[in-house]
Amino acid sequence: MQWLNRNLRRELKGYALTFTCALVAIALTASIIFFLGWKGLSVFSHDISLTNLLSAEWWPDRPKEFGGPQVGILTFVCGSVLTSVLAALVSTPFGITVAVFMSEISPKLGQRVLQPVIELLAGIPSVVYGYIGLSVLVPFIRENMGGTGFSLLAGVLVLSIMILPTIASVSTDALRALPGSLKEAAFALGATRWQAVRMVLLPTARAGILMGIVLGLARAFGEALAVQMVIGNKREIPHSILDPLITLTSGITMDMGNTVQGSLWNDTLWFMALILLVISFLFILLIRMFGRKGIVR
Amino acid sequence: MRNRAWLGMMALLMVAVAAWAGCGQRDEAGEGPGAQQERLSGSITAVGSTAMQPLIEEAANRFMEKHPDVQITVQGGGSGTGLSQVSQGACDIGNSDILAEEKKGIDAAQLVDHKVIIQAFAVVANPGVGVESLTKQQIKDIFTGKITNWKEVGGSDQRIFLVNRAKGSGTRATFKKAVMDGAEESKGDVEQDSSGTVRKIVSETAGAVSYLGIAYLDDTVRVIKIDGAAPTEENISSGKYPFWSYGHMYTKGEPRPVVKAFIDFVLSDEIQETIVKEMNYFPVAGTQVEQQP
Repeated sequence: MQWLNRNLRRELKGYALTFTCALVAIALTASIIFFLGWKGLSVFSHDISLTNLLSAEWWPDRPKEFGGPQVGILTFVCGSVLTSVLAALVSTPFGITVAVFMSEISPKLGQRVLQPVIELLAGIPSVVYGYIGLSVLVPFIRENMGGTGFSLLAGVLVLSIMILPTIASVSTDALRALPGSLKEAAFALGATRWQAVRMVLLPTARAGILMGIVLGLARAFGEALAVQMVIGNKREIPHSILDPLITLTSGITMDMGNTVQGSLWNDTLWFMALILLVISFLFILLIRMFGRKGIVR
Repeated sequence: MRNRAWLGMMALLMVAVAAWAGCGQRDEAGEGPGAQQERLSGSITAVGSTAMQPLIEEAANRFMEKHPDVQITVQGGGSGTGLSQVSQGACDIGNSDILAEEKKGIDAAQLVDHKVIIQAFAVVANPGVGVESLTKQQIKDIFTGKITNWKEVGGSDQRIFLVNRAKGSGTRATFKKAVMDGAEESKGDVEQDSSGTVRKIVSETAGAVSYLGIAYLDDTVRVIKIDGAAPTEENISSGKYPFWSYGHMYTKGEPRPVVKAFIDFVLSDEIQETIVKEMNYFPVAGTQVEQQP
């Protein structure tokens, strides 16, 4: 070992450590994907038609005589897509406004007050959001807007608050990363601050902001607990914003522990988890696409 | 500094490896014939019903105090998980609210059933509904969606707000069998899994009705008598009250001596007369009624 100098030894140690950690992370991800794929696709080992699996009828314990079991996952997929997309729609304007305020309008106040608040918002556990939603939001909707209170609306509102920090902070980073010369050039051309923000800064930071929205969407899609507490978990596609509904994640958490491994019911839940993973992958692909375009175009 | 970080890393790795090894460890000491006569030792894993978990945990703590060489791990996960784990041989005891025969995909023939407690459930409603008692048929009609207003069963003029329990849960399985006679409930208004959340919803929503384990009852919800019978030990053992189930501890084949000793301990007066009652369950001994599978 003497011919190796101290620095080289240190270098090798660090190399080995990082390499091992990276390998473990890769192996973990690969095995999770493999496991989920294997479990999820085993639903096809049961005698079940694709139309049944993709229908909106969920009666997994209905006896054969009555046409069961029916394990349609459409209701769950619709529920997940509806809540997360609507939540992103509600949250995006707020997120971008907060980002503009923090990076352009009042960086000092933004950094001192708004940033900690946003960070705090991100740190609140989801069960707390759910409980507040259940105790405050649900009765409020029931009394003021009708319906049962357990609704798409409640789920969307809770989720949009939960993903606001993601959208806001990623958008802020995107805006802050813009070169100062852009703004200066806009001002030099006689633009007001509003014009500079709207016509120069926001369009230029578009890729980064879109990335924040997709990240928020992905978080909303995967959130289970808070949503489960306020959406009512009725296994039906909602017809109005005040109707209860169910999402992939809440469907899985409600039933997983109570079903027997290897049964059709259980395998369908795994299949739903696989669908969840596939959709998350699509989100990640989207993010990478925006990433390749670069924060600044 | 650098060395310390390195050391910390190694320590973390070693802890992880040790924990891993510990999980896979099966104590052989309890297996040898005659060895357990003097002193019980070994490890037991019990997995399953979250409703039974607090009781089994408490019993396990008392058992381990008496037999310091025995290590008992109690885990939740749900009745389905308990049953599938025990039939795969992944744990010693599978706790379940439901009979193994009723779960699809479980080979009940290889499991041995130990009934350890009686769990009573109650149909509960929002206090404002104006109804004290319902017949079984009325409850059935309410949950299948035939009756949609409380005034149809003599209550106030309120829409019935149906709170279903999670489809696969043991409570719902018992309800479907004991009260609904196997009839399928309508989709209802909402579906909730956790008993605490169900109680909260029922207590706060006008016209709400659902069902709960009696351990979860309090003043915020009204217990609806079934055919005039309240959920008491007496009514259950005389067969008047239908809404109850056994809590089962399943083993794969005959249990190992140390496992058997633990199950016998749960069945002993020391547990049955104390914590079973404290946790609002009823002891199994007093009941003559056999539950239909």
